[in-house]
Amino acid sequence: MRYIEPHAHMVSRVTDDYLAMVMAGCAAVCEPAFWAGFDRGSAQGFYDYFCQLTDYEPRRAARYQLPHFSWLCINPKEAEDMGLAREVLEIIPGFLTRENVLGIGEIGLNKNTRNEIQILEEHVRLAAEHGQLILVHTPHLEDKWKGTRLILDVLRADPRISPERVIIDHVEEHTIGMVLDAGFWAGITLYPESKCTPARAVDMFETAGADRLWLNCACDWGQSDPLAVPKAAFEMRRRGYGDAVIEKLVFENPRTFLSQSPRFHVREAGCAA
Amino acid sequence: MDRQQLLDLYFVDARARLIDIAAFLDRIERAEPPEDFRTEAFLQALKELEKPGPDRARRVLLALSDPTREPVSKSPGKGACGAFPSSSSLKSSPSP
Repeated sequence: MRYIEPHAHMVSRVTDDYLAMVMAGCAAVCEPAFWAGFDRGSAQGFYDYFCQLTDYEPRRAARYQLPHFSWLCINPKEAEDMGLAREVLEIIPGFLTRENVLGIGEIGLNKNTRNEIQILEEHVRLAAEHGQLILVHTPHLEDKWKGTRLILDVLRADPRISPERVIIDHVEEHTIGMVLDAGFWAGITLYPESKCTPARAVDMFETAGADRLWLNCACDWGQSDPLAVPKAAFEMRRRGYGDAVIEKLVFENPRTFLSQSPRFHVREAGCAA
Repeated sequence: MDRQQLLDLYFVDARARLIDIAAFLDRIERAEPPEDFRTEAFLQALKELEKPGPDRARRVLLALSDPTREPVSKSPGKGACGAFPSSSSLKSSPSP
């Protein structure tokens, strides 16, 4: 089986994970910019991080014949400091021409504050002005339902944003409907405790259908699993689904969305990208 | 898959999780106060399991969600605690 990992924070993973992912059938990995677990003190810190995402990390992945792509932003957890956020927003355009950059992400909300919303709006404007795809992070736990509604309000308010060019990630049973009904893509994140199990992901696939839906692991510096997507594929197999259905969800769907960027490509079977 | 097949696949796992929840509630009840709004929120969410309809997961998630619409003026911190205090339980709420 081949699959695409559309959301993984590989900078915080060991190199062994690349080997395990490739051995499990991973054909491409995409890495959104995110919170490092601590607040960075300056825009220069983000500049270095963007260099890591667009230069060093693709080379690390390439040692395993794995195409690596990135998304750029200042994440919502650091958006409360609007001065810093705007400094970071100013340096992002300089990276948008890097060959592995797919778009703006993962932007969104964390605690649903007014400052976070303003910075989200500015990211959306940036994406619209530069014709970029958008990857959206929805808040955790009790904040997700409210945050998802606020995010949809922001996206709908900008007429330049086409829903089919936006993936709204970390949906769960109470938010997947509003995302898909609004025409956006939805990402189900397989992550212990705070997000979704493989069994629930398959439940959502069964009730919502396979259109505009992808699975991802969002593995990072927390307890998480870089092989969560192939494990969800195994869960589908346990429920009796065949290769074609599984491959649509874990390979064809992310490829369809990501191929809206001309930079995206996958490792074809039997040869390097 | 029919119900029999789904039960064959998931019953023992769900049974184990159910007992974990029961043990969790026992643990909380044995412990000394202070009270915490999360206990009440958890017990309220459990009530959704007894109601009919194939959307229990959605209803449990909604029971544990912030139902308000207005943006927050200032971030109370970065983390989430998993439940939202109802107006009746605010007096016993810790800072999430």
